[in-house]
Amino acid sequence: VKDSIGGPAVLQLNFQPPVTQIAQQIYDLHTWMLIICLVIFVAVFSVMFYSIVMHRKSRGAKSASFHESTTVEIAWTVVPFLIVIGMALPATKTVVAMKDTSNADLTIKATGMQWKWGYDYLKGEGEGISFLSTLATPHEQVVDSTKVKNDNYLLEVDNEVVVPINKKVRIITTANDVIHSWTIPAFGVKQDAIPGFVRDTWFKAEKIGTYRGQCVELCGKDHGFMPIVVKVVSDADYTKWVDGKKKEMAAQADDPNKVWTIDELKTRGEKVYTANCVACHQATGKGIPGAFPALDGDPVVNGPRGAQIDVLLNGKINGAMQMPAWKAVLSDTEIAAVITYTRNTWSNKAAENIVQPAEVLAARK
Amino acid sequence: MSAQQANVPYYFVPGPSKWPVLAGVALLVTMLGAAGWVNSIALAPELCVIGILGLLVVLYKWFGDAIHESESGMYNARIDTSFRWSMSWFIFSEVMFFAAFFGALFYARSISMPWLADLDHKILWPDFAAHWGNAGPAGTIETFRTMGPFPIPTINTALLLTSGVTLTISHHALRAGHRGKTALWLAATVLLGATFMCFQAAEYMEAYQEYNLRLTSGIYGSTFFLLTGFHGFHVTIGAIMLSVVLYRVLKGHFTPDNHFAFEGAAWYWHFVDVVWLGLYVVVYWL
Amino acid sequence: MSTTAVDHVHDHSHDHHDHHDDHAHDVPTGWRRWLFATNHKDIGTLYLWFSFTMLLSGGVLAMLIRAELFEPGLQFFKPEFFNQLTTMHGIIMVFGAIMPAFVGFANWMIPLQIGASDMAFARMNNFSFWLLPPAAILLLTSFLVPGGATAAGWTLYAPLSTQMGPGMDMAIFAMHIMGASSIMGSINIVTTVLNMRAPGMTLMKMPMFCWTWLITAYLLIAVMPVLAGAITMTLTDRHFGTSFFNAAGGGDPVMYQHIFWFFGHPEVYIMILPAFGIISQIIPAFARKQLFGYASMVYATASIAILSFIVWAHHMFTTGMPVTAQLFFMYATLLIAVPTGVKIFNWIATMWRGSMTFETPMLFAVGFIFVFTMGGFTGLILAVTPIDIQMQDTYYVVAHFHYVLVAGSLFGLFGGYYYWSPKWTGFMYNETRGKIHFWASLITFNITFFPMHFLGLAGMPRRIADYPAQFTDFNMLASIGAFGFGLSQLYFLFFVVIPSIKGGVKAPAKPWDGAEGLEWTIPSPAPFHTFEVPPTVK
Ligand code: HEA
Ligand code: HEA
Ligand code: CUA
Ligand SMILES: [Cu+2]
Repeated sequence: VKDSIGGPAVLQLNFQPPVTQIAQQIYDLHTWMLIICLVIFVAVFSVMFYSIVMHRKSRGAKSASFHESTTVEIAWTVVPFLIVIGMALPATKTVVAMKDTSNADLTIKATGMQWKWGYDYLKGEGEGISFLSTLATPHEQVVDSTKVKNDNYLLEVDNEVVVPINKKVRIITTANDVIHSWTIPAFGVKQDAIPGFVRDTWFKAEKIGTYRGQCVELCGKDHGFMPIVVKVVSDADYTKWVDGKKKEMAAQADDPNKVWTIDELKTRGEKVYTANCVACHQATGKGIPGAFPALDGDPVVNGPRGAQIDVLLNGKINGAMQMPAWKAVLSDTEIAAVITYTRNTWSNKAAENIVQPAEVLAARK
Repeated sequence: MSAQQANVPYYFVPGPSKWPVLAGVALLVTMLGAAGWVNSIALAPELCVIGILGLLVVLYKWFGDAIHESESGMYNARIDTSFRWSMSWFIFSEVMFFAAFFGALFYARSISMPWLADLDHKILWPDFAAHWGNAGPAGTIETFRTMGPFPIPTINTALLLTSGVTLTISHHALRAGHRGKTALWLAATVLLGATFMCFQAAEYMEAYQEYNLRLTSGIYGSTFFLLTGFHGFHVTIGAIMLSVVLYRVLKGHFTPDNHFAFEGAAWYWHFVDVVWLGLYVVVYWL
Repeated sequence: MSTTAVDHVHDHSHDHHDHHDDHAHDVPTGWRRWLFATNHKDIGTLYLWFSFTMLLSGGVLAMLIRAELFEPGLQFFKPEFFNQLTTMHGIIMVFGAIMPAFVGFANWMIPLQIGASDMAFARMNNFSFWLLPPAAILLLTSFLVPGGATAAGWTLYAPLSTQMGPGMDMAIFAMHIMGASSIMGSINIVTTVLNMRAPGMTLMKMPMFCWTWLITAYLLIAVMPVLAGAITMTLTDRHFGTSFFNAAGGGDPVMYQHIFWFFGHPEVYIMILPAFGIISQIIPAFARKQLFGYASMVYATASIAILSFIVWAHHMFTTGMPVTAQLFFMYATLLIAVPTGVKIFNWIATMWRGSMTFETPMLFAVGFIFVFTMGGFTGLILAVTPIDIQMQDTYYVVAHFHYVLVAGSLFGLFGGYYYWSPKWTGFMYNETRGKIHFWASLITFNITFFPMHFLGLAGMPRRIADYPAQFTDFNMLASIGAFGFGLSQLYFLFFVVIPSIKGGVKAPAKPWDGAEGLEWTIPSPAPFHTFEVPPTVK
């Protein structure tokens, strides 16, 4: 493999090259710490090894009898104390700077979910854009060791976050299910995404390029498979991207009152299923016993529609098993499609075999 | 005593005993049962109950041995000191246990709640207002009423405070060598404790039926029931300890200057008392 | 430590039938001896074997982790199972291997070092031990239940922990039991140390190992109940509908972390302070020189313990705390370097102008100081908030804590084993083999964990079953090192421990000419009953 551009390099020994001032400060702080620690380390252990060599019995060393000295005790309490202050002071400045998320040019909400990221552009140019971002590495590369792995193996997504260069971008993090954590090492940014709470962080990228990170808080089985990719572009390119994205979204937006045929819904539903549901319920619809329930043969899937619409919209907690709520993530059409898909796939032959988007819209009340 | 002392080793070490390992087995059965129980596995509740019963039997036997040793004069002053140290630190560990729950209440109320209601969180919970006793920001929890200090908690405070006094009277009687009086006041203490528990049960019933306040009532219900419930559990334990002591008083086990079992149980009871005062203020008044 | 000259020592191996009656003095035999034990030495032995077994079990899980991480891609395990491996490896090592091993040492050595006839509560002592196998059974069998063992990380963060199957409940109950065991064990140790010292053995004459354990026991009594509280709330959130860690009902997942780390940080010192104690015994013995700065060692240990209560949120810098909290926890954490430094410096001052020899215990002690300090420095680097934000939840943290836990706690334990095993078994271990074990461990340890610093710096997250291909080389190296380290421990078991139990050169009462303390005044192996009449210490 080659280096991942904007991600880790092969045999990389230090932090990724910083592209924000904060990341640069962190880099320098680390170097500073490393130097102090190395100096102390060398000093302390040269004394120790000198002693080990010189004061050994086999060389005829006789043991001295001193065993106390208040002076040296005080010295080696005070000196480290001063050193520690020398470590804390420069760090304090950076801590304060990292926390200052005010006056952002662009605000983006990043929502962690098992196992993908959702982004909403809340404020600034591009307001209103929203999309999901999932792992783009083909599954065979993960499970089949004979397949060659991409350079950006596990570090590539279908929809990248795009931001303009030299603009202060505030990232608001939250989560739908469990804690995730949003990070881009090159930016010196890492912020946990906590369900039910919002937290924020910021960066101002100073170099055009694509930068990569991975979810860094254990979030269940596919924790290793939810990368974060941010593309930093020039202002002009950013405006272009915003326009394109807006058009794309308008084209994709489905009219919830359109009436679909069952086959249309099934085809659409299969896509929704593979993007959102397979991770737990599996392609076979059999789930994982004890962890994720089967849909194949499930009474809710084969019963009246209303119950299933409710479960999809609002989620469900059944002991340790938790179905997330999808109402904020999927559109009416997508929910209708995926329900229709599950009702007609595997061995399922539900009596009520089709759900129209309008019904989902109505159930949202 | 002193005649026996010559025969007593410097520090008595009991010989091999089968109770600890049996208690371990019983606890394993209990916990396996409990783990099954919370997951609604058939027969697990039975297993859990069997484990607990087994544990009780073993502890009964074990303490029986200890009492026998104590009665046959194996325990000297040094062992008494050991008991004092150990009981103090045990109570300290219980203090820390409660501290975790008090800490949870403090954190949820003074840190999380204002957070959930602040400006930033409006994007998630637009209409959440921070007042304690809310039904959670998601609105998925049925509304409920919160618990005030009147009347039951205040009565209960009085009960527990009184029980502290009766227990002290009993202790003085014991030190003065009045066995009858000791037993009487001790019995009164146990009775007060039992009354406390009855009132608490009534309070819980009221909470569920009249206030619609449940264990599932968001963080308020969670902290309310966990703190008071855990305390109630300790009152029960304390009352059991005192009952055993009462039984031993009646049997004439204690002398005016050698009765650590009594004192240990009394310390515990006072500790439970103090925790209640904390609860009374923090849970009911604030 | 100041001098512990012993006034007159009774020989207890015979004729003490005049001053007792009620307790059986013949050594119990067969399985009853172990199941029903009330003898501190037997219980110590039980603890040591138990913890070694757990080390092997946790080690096998680590080997499986390293096997999966040898190459990118999913080779052997599904990711959900990998997470179970990681979680159970952490839990088993922390609660099953390291902590009980130190309790085993405490059981064996504290009564011998302070001249007590046994632990203060012999039966409760046995109970503390016999709680552990049930806990281990709960943990290990949880792999077999539907959904498998808990996979939420050893920290069991909510709300991921509410998603797990019954394996999670088994882990919670196991931790409750282990907590109870630790609390009882600690109360026993505190009482023994405070109340059963031989006449003349003042607190400030006590061997350092007893001091460190006394302080550790306080830490345990203070924080194990807090852990119990945290996981109890997890349990009620899972099954009884409470909302402690659920924002929808007004709770807070971060609250779990605060409570957990209020336990968790003191916990890591629980795992290192007794090792400090062991090192403080070994260094003076082999430098043939009194421990330098005994009193300041005691104060430093106490300072570390006290500070450990106010640094917990350094594990939570990325949760988004207010800036004042971040600064406070950074400063407090950095401060811990000061008393720890005092310990390191005192050890080196003890070695300075001594008359040193390097038998295996000394090798492990010197190795400990050297490698533990590296781990301490990486800890310090992590304590600096901005740097931690870059490294939190990456392999840098994994490197840090294996440096302090494996090269710290575990090496301390190995050193203690070599130092005291002649007293336990009555036979000298094979010195050459001990040295082989040391060098093999030291080298393979560094091959395993040093590259993880680079991985972490470059951004490799923890707890992932598969990683970007750029991380391959260092992971391969780490895996190779890990297998080597594992084999070294097998060597230790089969070529050092077992032979030295079976026989070998008879150990004298005091095999180390520079060693001091009451434990060396009794014969090797230590007779079943010792110090029934306390010695007098001048
Ligand atoms: C035995 C266990 C042990 C010990 C002793 C330590 C010791 C220290 N640890 Fe560590 N730590 C862990 C076990 C331990 N740790 C574990 C298990 C985790 C991860 C948990 C998890 O997330 O799963 C962790 C994680 C951890 C983190 C969080 C990382 C993260 O998740 O982002 C931090 C951050 O501050 C930290 C800091 C420290 C510090 C400052 C010390 C200090 O005590 C070190 C002090 C020692 C020295 C500094 C060296 C000697 C001193 C001198 C020679 C004096 C001169 C020096 C100077 C003046 C600089 N540790
Ligand atoms: C407390 C002490 C402790 C000890 C001693 C160890 C010992 C080891 N640990 Fe430890 N580890 C932790 C505590 C400890 N660990 C904790 C707390 C975590 C965090 C968990 C979490 O994230 O939740 C962790 C996580 C952790 C990870 C990160 C996993 C992840 O994030 O996904 C890794 C990865 O390499 C690892 C490796 C090892 C190795 C190779 C050893 C070796 O030293 C083990 C050596 C021992 C043996 C191997 C046993 C003896 C040999 C045999 C029985 C024969 C079989 C041997 C062969 C086939 C060669 N550990
Ligand atoms: Cu999402 Cu880890
Ligand atoms: Cu810590």
